[in-house]
Amino acid sequence: MPVRRLIITLLIIAPILALLAYGFTRDAKYIKSPLLAKPATPFSVTLYDGKKVTLEDFRGKAVFLNFWASWCTPCRAEARDLEAAWQKVKDKNMIFLGVALQDLDDNAKTFLQEFNVSYPNGRDESGKIAVDYGTWGIPESFFIDPQGRITYKHVGAIRAALVLSKLDEAAKGIASAQEGRGDYEGAR
Amino acid sequence: MTASIGHSSIVIAFIAALIGILSPLVAARSAGSRFRAVASYAILGQFIFVTLAAVALIYGLVSTDFSIKYVAFNTTRATPVYYRVTGLWGALEGSLLLWEWILIIFAGIVAWVYRQRHHEMMPWVIMIFSIVSAFFLGVIGFLSNPFETVFPIPLDGRGLNPLLEDANMMTHPPLLYTGFVGLTVPFAFAMAALIVGKLDDAWVVSTRRWTITAWFFLTAGNLVGAWWSYHVLGWGGYWAWDPVENAAFMPWLPATAFLHSIQVQERRRMLKVWNLALIIVAFSLTIFGTFLTRSGIISSIHAFSSGPVGGFFLGFLAFILLGSFGLLAYRADLLKEQPELDSMVSRESAFLLNNIVLVSALFTIFLGTIFPLISEAVAGTQVSVGAPYFNSVTVPLFLVLVFLMGVGPMIAWRRASWDNLRRNFLWPAAISLSFGLLLFVWKVKDFLPLLGFTLLAFVVSSILYDTALALRTRKRIAGEGILRGLISLTRRNQRRYGGLVVHLGVVLIMMGIAGSMTYSSEKDATLALNQTLDIGNYRVRFEGLQGSQQPTHFRVEGAFRVFHNGSDEGIVNPALKFFPTQQSPIGRAVHQSSLSEDIYLILSGFSEVNRNQATLKVLVRPLVIWMWIGGFVIAFGTIICLAPMGRLKPQAD
Repeated sequence: MPVRRLIITLLIIAPILALLAYGFTRDAKYIKSPLLAKPATPFSVTLYDGKKVTLEDFRGKAVFLNFWASWCTPCRAEARDLEAAWQKVKDKNMIFLGVALQDLDDNAKTFLQEFNVSYPNGRDESGKIAVDYGTWGIPESFFIDPQGRITYKHVGAIRAALVLSKLDEAAKGIASAQEGRGDYEGAR
Repeated sequence: MTASIGHSSIVIAFIAALIGILSPLVAARSAGSRFRAVASYAILGQFIFVTLAAVALIYGLVSTDFSIKYVAFNTTRATPVYYRVTGLWGALEGSLLLWEWILIIFAGIVAWVYRQRHHEMMPWVIMIFSIVSAFFLGVIGFLSNPFETVFPIPLDGRGLNPLLEDANMMTHPPLLYTGFVGLTVPFAFAMAALIVGKLDDAWVVSTRRWTITAWFFLTAGNLVGAWWSYHVLGWGGYWAWDPVENAAFMPWLPATAFLHSIQVQERRRMLKVWNLALIIVAFSLTIFGTFLTRSGIISSIHAFSSGPVGGFFLGFLAFILLGSFGLLAYRADLLKEQPELDSMVSRESAFLLNNIVLVSALFTIFLGTIFPLISEAVAGTQVSVGAPYFNSVTVPLFLVLVFLMGVGPMIAWRRASWDNLRRNFLWPAAISLSFGLLLFVWKVKDFLPLLGFTLLAFVVSSILYDTALALRTRKRIAGEGILRGLISLTRRNQRRYGGLVVHLGVVLIMMGIAGSMTYSSEKDATLALNQTLDIGNYRVRFEGLQGSQQPTHFRVEGAFRVFHNGSDEGIVNPALKFFPTQQSPIGRAVHQSSLSEDIYLILSGFSEVNRNQATLKVLVRPLVIWMWIGGFVIAFGTIICLAPMGRLKPQAD
């Protein structure tokens, strides 16, 4: 009875195919960051103008921390937005800090000039900061509230409007439950 | 220009493939041979235009035509010509084109070789080839086009992933693809046999050599991959049970099972459904492998470029599975098996057991590979399945397999008599047991490795003993010496003796795996200048660091002098390569091999402040070299199976 055999065949194959199709509904590389609503790991970074700053220095301010590199295309895409956002909040109790990853100093400085970036930027010399913050693609941005707690994380390019609203939330100490995503480039 | 030649060739080849699909339908309705010729021309057309497209892409890569996006992403002006050519399979689009190219070369050879034979089946064989080819051409032509242009034209390209800049890039991917694609031949014949309803042994006999060829390339591709991982990636291992590795290994299991079980079909007219199912599974797994690596549905340490093709591969996989198993279910009435097993102690049952073990191994590896998906679908949590699972479930299975490798080729068909068993296995069993006892007294105290080495000795001694008996007979009959006897035995039964040599190769590989899995030792140390580290019979002395700027990266090299049992073995230089676009440095490990063990040095760090200090990891891995030697033995055995030797009449065995 071919029909019965055909049905049995279908019953065996269909679940396997369904399972594989289910695979498309999720991102295998996506692991929810455990950092949200946790204290931000302290670090210090040497800025391109030679000054040395630590995260502690910014206690009491809402911090926007951005990991980037001059060779990363989505970083270029967000650079003007970030600078525009910075211009709006630089007189408030808020600070921007850019940290370049896996970059050559000359290229990074050219990048900063090209986009007229005026907020402080430095280089993650040993790559340790990126590891502490669990970055796996850049750009990646962290919002830290005045008490030094991470309130929001965004993987990939971010728009000015979102930066401003999440900074407002950070200033009030409101932590998001979910991280956000945009265009990014794998760094591993 | 190159881009438009390439792309239009793909489109024309796609049309030829569609004609190839339709032509047997026409041929089946008309008696004229003219329509059958259409099918052959369809293959020829695909062959010509796919070759043109492949040559166009290679030309684009070699001439660094950055107006083609694929070229811009996979070469730079600084890339040596060698790696420009390998750029053809450096990313998704080109890999698919290479796959299609190999496929259509196989199809062309098949169409040519069988132009006078299998009149009924051939149009359908060509149709199956054309369906597979049309799928790939459709993906290349319309979804992930290697000839996509980019404007404005970049001044320089991005270049290959630095890890791919290795000599093995020339061998590993093409070998593996050839193995994958080669399985299309038996699959196409199996489907044609099902469609036509001619389910005797014709398709099995015709495709045996093709399957052996594909099997050899699969084996070689996996081994070269292991070698690459071992000597380049700098972690001291050759196999990590990563999903992508499993995807490359899985088709090997049903292909191996198939090579054994078709002998049962040829001899005893049994296992017909089973053989068809095996070849369908083997072929489906090659498509599944590509689906898995390119869809990104399972996280892997192998960063493959994926694209929008995942869904199409899944659809094609569904089509293949439902179509071929549906056909098999439909034809099952014709496949009623006649004979049954006469006895559990017979060659048939040994082969059957070998098949069951291989398929069980396939099932457990498949399950482990897709388990992250299952667990997330069912329990909602992500888990990953690692080497401990795979090792603990596959090692016992492979031990059974080794045992069967000693028994299968020697035991009698149908029903082995007590006399047959005693004659073939008494001495090998005695030899291997005493070998095991010696090992135990000498060094090996753990159960699993002891069992493993004893079984391997059993395989070797049973092969040698059997060959010695046959040689004695030759001497009695024809007065031939050992060498003459070996040659005439082989010429009388190439498959048997080729197969036995392949088994010896497999034994060597298993020996390497067993040795390196169980008796490796490793040590880490941070050494100051002229400090030494002792491991096993080795002493390693740190003699300084050196940095140098290379074209694409900065390289820090350590100088370590290796002493083995006190004698100076010279300086080795493990290095760390710092690529500006890579977060962590890429290691360049070095190893010195001997027949008994490898010493493997990895520079894991150095002090930026103090140039006279380095952190080093040293591994001593026994018997690894035998894996690679085993690979050559397998190649030799395969040649014995396939080479035209002027076959002599087989003597009854």
